[in-house]
Amino acid sequence: MALLEASGITVRFGGITAVDDASISAEAGTITGLIGPNGAGKTTLFNVITGLQPPTRGKVRFRGSDITKGSPNSRARAGMGRTFQRLEAFGSLSVRENVLVAREIHLGVKLIGRKQDTMVDELLERVGVARYAQQRADSVPTGTARLVEMARALAIEPKLLLLDEPSSGLDEAETEHFGQLLRALALDGTAILMVEHDMDLVMGVCDVIHVLEFGKVIASGTPAEIRADRKVQAAYLGFSDEEPVVPPIPAAHLPSESEINATTIELPAVESAS
Amino acid sequence: MNEFLAYTFVGLLYGSAYSIAASGLVLTYTTTRVFNLGQGAISMVMAYTYWQLRVADHLPTWLAIALILLIIAPLLGVLIGRVAARNLGDAPVSVSLVVTIGLFVLLIGIAQQIWPADVGRSVPQFFGSDAFTIGTFRLSYHNALTIVLAAVIAAGLYVLLNRTRTGTSMRAAVDNRELLSLFGGAPGRVSTLSWALGSSLSALAGILLVSQVGLDYYQLTFLVIDAFAAAVIGRLQSLPMTFVGAIVVGLGQGYAGYLPQWQVLSGFRDALPTIVLFIALIFLPPVRLRVGQIKGIRSAPVPTRFRTAQVGIAAVVLVALLAGQFSPTHQLELGQGLGYGLVMLSLVLVSGYGGFVSMASLAFMGIGAAVVCKFATHDPLIIVLAVVVCAAAGALVALPVLRLTGLYLALATFAFAELMDKLVFQTNALFGYGSVLNAKRPHVFGYKFESYGPFVTLMAVILVLVAAGLLALRRGAVGRILIAMRDSQIATSTLGLNQRWFRVGLFSLAAAIAGLGGALFAELAGNASATEFQSLYGLEVLLLAVIFGVTSMTGAVLAGMAYMYLPIFTSQHPSLGGVTFLVIGGGAVLLGRDPNGLTNYMFSGVRWLLGRLPVLERITHRPERVVLRQESEQVVSHGAA
Repeated sequence: MALLEASGITVRFGGITAVDDASISAEAGTITGLIGPNGAGKTTLFNVITGLQPPTRGKVRFRGSDITKGSPNSRARAGMGRTFQRLEAFGSLSVRENVLVAREIHLGVKLIGRKQDTMVDELLERVGVARYAQQRADSVPTGTARLVEMARALAIEPKLLLLDEPSSGLDEAETEHFGQLLRALALDGTAILMVEHDMDLVMGVCDVIHVLEFGKVIASGTPAEIRADRKVQAAYLGFSDEEPVVPPIPAAHLPSESEINATTIELPAVESAS
Repeated sequence: MNEFLAYTFVGLLYGSAYSIAASGLVLTYTTTRVFNLGQGAISMVMAYTYWQLRVADHLPTWLAIALILLIIAPLLGVLIGRVAARNLGDAPVSVSLVVTIGLFVLLIGIAQQIWPADVGRSVPQFFGSDAFTIGTFRLSYHNALTIVLAAVIAAGLYVLLNRTRTGTSMRAAVDNRELLSLFGGAPGRVSTLSWALGSSLSALAGILLVSQVGLDYYQLTFLVIDAFAAAVIGRLQSLPMTFVGAIVVGLGQGYAGYLPQWQVLSGFRDALPTIVLFIALIFLPPVRLRVGQIKGIRSAPVPTRFRTAQVGIAAVVLVALLAGQFSPTHQLELGQGLGYGLVMLSLVLVSGYGGFVSMASLAFMGIGAAVVCKFATHDPLIIVLAVVVCAAAGALVALPVLRLTGLYLALATFAFAELMDKLVFQTNALFGYGSVLNAKRPHVFGYKFESYGPFVTLMAVILVLVAAGLLALRRGAVGRILIAMRDSQIATSTLGLNQRWFRVGLFSLAAAIAGLGGALFAELAGNASATEFQSLYGLEVLLLAVIFGVTSMTGAVLAGMAYMYLPIFTSQHPSLGGVTFLVIGGGAVLLGRDPNGLTNYMFSGVRWLLGRLPVLERITHRPERVVLRQESEQVVSHGAA
């Protein structure tokens, strides 16, 4: 059984179905990508998994137990850490304190009488924000703030790390370093579930990819399988026969099945849309 | 049957007034996201204005009403919307509430200044004493009109919001102001319109009620506060539900006439709307947590341990010296100021660090005072008991409202303060109405604290210890978690923090500190009474805390002193009757946006001065001043990606 299994998840807001019978899973030691056009329901699905949004239907199982009704904090205690697409760093605290406070929340009373915890500084080094340690989190660049959120999530020693568009705001070198960091975390046995628009990154580091469109999982598989998947090409590229490369997600002009060219094409690197 | 009719019509009458006032409140809230606690004060000021035009200036009734409803009240509303409440909708609830409470107090001050209480005033009913007769029951035309108007207004507003283009714009303004302007709407105009309309509606409620209630600064103000219950039943968005809620609350109050005339139940009828408010808050559906942007608040810097010790010792020495020089009266004043200082410290914890608005700090102070008065013993352990009781009471208040955040939590604390004021403190079981209970100063290891002086010094020591304790808390893990929770509730919960229980602990500790203040306050004076802990004063306490700076210990202590000495100042200068209110209310409206308050400006001023005088700089230079430099005033935020 996978570490995380979200099955048959449906979320309705009034008349709108944001997530429609979606099932995804994440395994320990693997990096799972969750991609799809804007508004496909990726963040909503993240919120369901982390307990911020109760699903209309469906079950979330984590480490073998049903946590569908669990609170966000109980899920964090069970080993889920996450970052946010729209930043939620603690702006009044310094970068270091952001990670430190997570550590303190995680350890709670266990902290009392404990020798100096070195993990905070190690994490700052590891994600590459150590030089910002003393700056207030509301004064660092967006990309850095995302890394701070990542260090913060890692401070609670999660078994499953959910990253919501972690690389947006990072430059090329930073993104590359970030990819290496993800691989290293996976090698340590952490399961990573990542929403990401940077296709080079997704195709480069993910072991498995789920593609979401209009709230439905339209494809799941390895990067190679996803690249070859016709439905994915249609959803992502919306191309006609002659024009294979267009900016992402003009979901309104989806071609019909017959229009889709059977040949495999490379998905382009897509600029982050957020 | 006659009794039933009478109660029904009384109930309908109350309900109608609530409905008119509450619909104004809901209208303003849905379009501007500002919950105007000053709504009742607008009614009150407009009722006085009506008296001025109708009675003092002898204008015809219709003209007086037209002038107020069509010109004066809308202008006041626009002024408030444009000046005091500008951009408040996007500010944290702690800011928007404090500004509107400031408005509330300011308007009371203005009314006291323009219409001093030394003249008796009364306003006649419309249509004189003409009335319908139903059986043997007489329903005056005035009251019948009130009931009809309430229904007409409720229906009219519903149509306005749901069936007209302007109404659609108004509703859209709530959801997304930027989007509305992109689609050609004018959010500024929409919010101006709703402030004008909301103000007119409160004016109407005031004018309709004034002949029943009488002209009084507080009665009218608080009557409209009773309309909060209806607004919350309408979840601050549904006008039909607000109307139903208002009528139900009103009828409930009417039928409370059937209750036996027991002393225990005497306050029940008045307190009913507040009880309904509290219950409605408890049963509100859970609100989803806000996801959004990095929002940091620049707080007063946390002084080093060394600086804390320095300032603390200096403060104790200063108080001891002053107490040695002062006459007993002045010693008492100084000591009571310190007692209030402790209450202000509890606000630093809850509001300054935690970001929650608590309007109940004075209620906890009252509980502390009540405990030591009830037992009236020299045993110092009674103070410990008072603190424990208050801690438990704080936890009890926080428990039922665990799910609430922001505005609703603040309203719940207000409801609690009102209930304590009306239902508990004034009953004979505690202080009793208008009476005073005696307390005794402790005997510690044979020392009897017979005069004020030594006890005042003891209070200063305790105050400094509590402040130092809070600063120690702030420097450590708990302080960081508090700030983190204030910045992003959602992130702290996804890191594994059980915020609800953390919050119970926070409220409990703050209540204990306020209770300690109350216990010492009562023991010092040797007595206490219910009047000192009225809910209205609780609002003033909150405002002063914010004005002087609710993020620093110095600010809190100064606020406590100001709360003690401002009324003394005005009583020595009776011509300045409303000045206290003007200063506090105006100060809150001006400074409410900056939680660091006056103290911060004071520190900046001193630093500026030191910078200008190089000699002083050399003398006073200490490494920890570097820490002080981090101060800044503004709430800064930057959006996400």
